[in-house]
Amino acid sequence: MAVPPTKKLFATAAGFTAAVFVLRTMAARGAEPDDVHRWLVVTVQRGPGDLQPDKLPTPLQDYGDRIETRLSPAPGDRGTEIAVRFRQPPPAQSASVGARITGDDPRQGLRLALREAKSLLETGEIMRADAPSTTRSTPGGKLIGLMSRRADGEGVL
Amino acid sequence: MKALCWEGVNKLSVEQVPDPVLRNDQDVIVRLVAGTTCGSDLHLIGGYIPFMRAGDVIGHEFVGEVVEVGSAVRRHAVGDRVVVCSFVGCGRCWYCTNDLWSLCDNTNTNPGIGQALFGADTGGIFGYSHAMGGLRGSHAEYVRVPFADYGAFTVPDGVDDTSALFVSDSVPTGWMGADLGGVQPGDVVAVWGCGAVGQMAARAAILLGAERVISIDRIPERLEMTRRFVGSEVIDYTATDVGAELRERTGGRGPDVCIEAVGMEAHSDGPMHLYDQVKQQLRLQTDRPTAVRQAIHACRKGGTVFVLGVFAGAVDKFPLGAVINKGLTLRGAQVHGQRYIPMLLERVAAGELNTAHLATHSVSLDEAPTAYDMFKHKSDGCVRAVIRPGL
Repeated sequence: MAVPPTKKLFATAAGFTAAVFVLRTMAARGAEPDDVHRWLVVTVQRGPGDLQPDKLPTPLQDYGDRIETRLSPAPGDRGTEIAVRFRQPPPAQSASVGARITGDDPRQGLRLALREAKSLLETGEIMRADAPSTTRSTPGGKLIGLMSRRADGEGVL
Repeated sequence: MKALCWEGVNKLSVEQVPDPVLRNDQDVIVRLVAGTTCGSDLHLIGGYIPFMRAGDVIGHEFVGEVVEVGSAVRRHAVGDRVVVCSFVGCGRCWYCTNDLWSLCDNTNTNPGIGQALFGADTGGIFGYSHAMGGLRGSHAEYVRVPFADYGAFTVPDGVDDTSALFVSDSVPTGWMGADLGGVQPGDVVAVWGCGAVGQMAARAAILLGAERVISIDRIPERLEMTRRFVGSEVIDYTATDVGAELRERTGGRGPDVCIEAVGMEAHSDGPMHLYDQVKQQLRLQTDRPTAVRQAIHACRKGGTVFVLGVFAGAVDKFPLGAVINKGLTLRGAQVHGQRYIPMLLERVAAGELNTAHLATHSVSLDEAPTAYDMFKHKSDGCVRAVIRPGL
């Protein structure tokens, strides 16, 4: 199928627009001291009695005393809320867009550990992506590859 | 192995890619017997779904044979003939345990992208962009199926491969529209779109007891197929005023339940189509919601509109006022397939649901790019092209 250049241009623009939208969403999360000390929270489909703060799965245990952990029952029988945050808040600049793109925001690692702990508690494993996920290297693909590498530590937790 | 890859906007090719391997203990590897083109693939082929990479394998609706089993798989063994749900569900998070499988918390390996786009990530889906997990698709000789105990279903003896194939995605999607749209005995139901999903939504509405079901499209072969195989009434929207026709057929009330099975590249014969095309091509809106608008206007007061078509982002001229002032219930979802597939396989086996007629064409993997072109342009009466790697 021959692709009209304008169509390709618009579609490429759409991809970049989506990428910019995601980056803007990242940027919209402020870097005020209050934000970097905000609790990161997931809800796990396990009863409150099943979990203990000092016996959570390895990804969180590896943080040891560097994090505070809070468990509370979710309303409506929705399981248990697990909240974590660094005991010593990271510097505000660590939450800058640049730091997050380069993977230097320590909360990305903590967010990933929290997600992995939830998956281990619920399913017994952490689902891994296909490898290789794709076989071509293009400029647009590299951008999406970068965003995919950061995506497991980003988001709205 | 060979696989059908997205190489850029409107560019597909069959490539050699590495064979899939077990990446988790709950995975199986399936040898593809058959997969099918899906209208939602056209959105990503056309560049309307972001986060596709050149070289991505597409395809998400398939049937095949289990050839390798992870150590923690309990419900499947090598040799099982299985139909696999398009969405991957872990089976144990709150969403899966509440039968909202496409919202699974644990199967999208790129959660940050979905959370930035939608406010929350969806479950993973085969071959449908890195925003939806980046899993390799099924238009290949083999595919890896994560959490196979929950997403792969043994096909009963007596159900042929082609009939089982559509139970992977199009049949449960259609059924979900009627079920979650709240179709009750005595209802009048209107369905926009006579593709595979629309036909199955109409059939589901009939089986759930709807008094009248009216399907809307513009393609003569599809309208005839729907009338003949599904048993619903039909409206050719190019030949009449759909709103007036529906009012006339429903005593002036409008349909109780309106199901939209068209999606983000809707057509119409009015000036709004040109408006929507221009805005979509300029990316001032991501989707053309023509059929959704029409369904909202046509629905009776206090009725329900269910959106089955795939939409990616933001639309313009959305009639929110009609939703509020007519007291409508507006719902939508990606398919919660695991919720319905066992029941649907039983219905297919019992002869209540016919799906084989949807397979208007059968092609080899090498012919898949041509088949998608035919499917896109609805040429040669194509409703669904079945891709058989074994041909």
